[in-house]
Amino acid sequence: MDFSIVSILMLDGITNGAVYALLGLATVLVFSVTRVIFIPQGEFVAYGALTLAIFRTGQVPGTVWLLLIMAGLAAAMDVHQSWVHAGNFTRAAKAGLRTLALPLVAAGLSIWAAPHNPPLLVQAVLTVAIVTAFGPLVYRVAYQSLADASSLVLLIVSVGVHFAMTGLGLLFFGAEGFRNPSFWDARFSVGPLSISGQASIIFGVSLALIVLLWQFFSRTLYGKALQATAVNRLGARLMGISTHGAGQTTFAMAALIGALSGLLIGPTTTVFYDSGFLIGLKGFVAAVMGGLHSYPLAAVGALFVGLVEAFGSFWASAFKEVIVFTLVLPILLWRSVAGGHSEEH
Amino acid sequence: MKFVKSLIAAAATLAVAGSALADITIGVSLSLTGPASGLGIPVGNQIKLWPATIAGEKLKIIVLDDATDPTNGVKNAKRFVTDDKVDVILGSVATPVAIPMSAIAAEAETVQLALSPIPLPPGKDGWTFRMAQSNPVMAHAMVGSMKKQGVKTVGFLGYTDAYGESWLKDFTAEAEKNGIKVIATERFARSDTSVTAQALKLVAANPDAMLVVASGSGAAMPHMAVVERGFKGKIYQTHAAASRDLMRVGGKEVEGAFVVSGPAVIAEQLPDSHPSKKVALQYVQQYEKAYGPGSRNQFAAHGFDSLVVLEKAVPLALKAGKPGTKEFRTALRNALETMGRTEVSQGVLNWTKEDHWGYTLETGVMVKVVNGDWKVEQ
Repeated sequence: MDFSIVSILMLDGITNGAVYALLGLATVLVFSVTRVIFIPQGEFVAYGALTLAIFRTGQVPGTVWLLLIMAGLAAAMDVHQSWVHAGNFTRAAKAGLRTLALPLVAAGLSIWAAPHNPPLLVQAVLTVAIVTAFGPLVYRVAYQSLADASSLVLLIVSVGVHFAMTGLGLLFFGAEGFRNPSFWDARFSVGPLSISGQASIIFGVSLALIVLLWQFFSRTLYGKALQATAVNRLGARLMGISTHGAGQTTFAMAALIGALSGLLIGPTTTVFYDSGFLIGLKGFVAAVMGGLHSYPLAAVGALFVGLVEAFGSFWASAFKEVIVFTLVLPILLWRSVAGGHSEEH
Repeated sequence: MKFVKSLIAAAATLAVAGSALADITIGVSLSLTGPASGLGIPVGNQIKLWPATIAGEKLKIIVLDDATDPTNGVKNAKRFVTDDKVDVILGSVATPVAIPMSAIAAEAETVQLALSPIPLPPGKDGWTFRMAQSNPVMAHAMVGSMKKQGVKTVGFLGYTDAYGESWLKDFTAEAEKNGIKVIATERFARSDTSVTAQALKLVAANPDAMLVVASGSGAAMPHMAVVERGFKGKIYQTHAAASRDLMRVGGKEVEGAFVVSGPAVIAEQLPDSHPSKKVALQYVQQYEKAYGPGSRNQFAAHGFDSLVVLEKAVPLALKAGKPGTKEFRTALRNALETMGRTEVSQGVLNWTKEDHWGYTLETGVMVKVVNGDWKVEQ
């Protein structure tokens, strides 16, 4: 093992680690605001990569129809709830329309644009719009009415959502995998390393998203409101912050991060309908390293997972996954011995 | 009292229905969902094209989904033998699912036509016949080609599952007989985001050729990773990769790959002397007429071949008993074992009492990816 091999492995590990970092951040984000351990986070990655792949073939991706169905369902739930609470027809209709509006626009644009084979960038934007729109709908349909249930109930719901999304993915995308074209075909040589344009996009986007999230939470009022919900739901509600609104925003952000991650890894590997799960799980391992509440620790953890994976593949490829997932054990042990933390519910 | 009466009536009806059941019943368990659905769905499509009768007997086909889950496969098999009293069990397409199903088939003394190359300990496959080629048969063709190309050393990059493992074992044995050495062995999983590290290590070992053991579109990523790391030697792929998904995903970078394949998918290009040419053409024409040009694949071919062997064996078995009876099932097994050479679309089968694998060494064909299409290597 010489320097060039080490550097190639490092590059490979950090490239994957950057994607895991995004997913880890999304997991931390969702957990801290809603207490949901969001297992289906990885599914958004697969949906993102595969929706773009179907756009490339000039067809309307199945996810568009799913989006419409989910939007209809969520709108019906909103209308019903608003009707029961207020008994006012116009208000109920308004609530339903609010839920329907964005998904309808995203779906309508996609159906119109898909057969015209727009440029890759337009297809990517449409993909991000579709997958992001799933976020709040998933929250509305699966989690919102259970928002006050225990973490365990929410975790079980997550498992259910994961299976539903994987099954639907198989239905829409088929069993075979796809590989997307690179967004940037350039190559740079740095010593023994050859960095592809796509890898540099991965670094850039990951870094930008991390900085954006950080700014969002520390600088904006809405970010602070989300944080307040995370710290104390009841207190936040007393201060006039809508916890349901916070949940939906959080899920939208998680879906957005998932969709972007999907676009990022789509050109570097073959993505299958069920590929998202393992990728999401590695993000989850990273999030656990951050104790499910620290963004910087999760990001560092993700890079660590990526590096361990790269070097593990090199030394003992047959045991790679074993090595990565066994990492969680000592960390959990250390956290529970040293942490002395308390759950606040 | 009335309840008891209706119960008796119901039981009587059932008994009558049972005895009137003289059709040939085939229980099909396929992975229509789950990881192996890419294999199961084409077989399901192929079975939709089956005729209504075999040898004048009406055919009753029950298709169940096993979701690539061994537990479901066993449940389906149990239902077939206890409730449906099937004459033949077909499936599954996924190796881990087909293996436990064979125990149910043996217990109920019902023939199982497995659509995947399932390894079973000696004596356990008394009622199981494989429709898929064994790895040694395919490795034979591959090693033959390597020898012709002057390959002395091979690097192995395969799935961390039963398919990868059994190829490693069978290929190593066949290669060593011919003086070819496997000098590096690396593993990966289908859902891995990168195999750069494995490719690095393999390329550093500098073998003459690389063997990638993966299936369908999953076979493209490791291939591309090895090429990207500057490997200039020949790259071989197994028969699970012999589908157009390899070129669809891999594009230019899988150009020049050597793939071992059953004859069915390259029917038109087979030399006229190849024993499978006629049947393979039949399969391809029938399937592509129904599902569009280019839709052929090796898994649906196994479904087609199941019908071919049944059409040959059922008339022999009918002499011994009516479908639905134990005599018929036993006679069917004996017929499969003694009917001799059968040319199917995927090669030449010759099952005997001792050998329920059956494919002869003429089966494997080497193809090369040239301009994004298959070209048969002579």
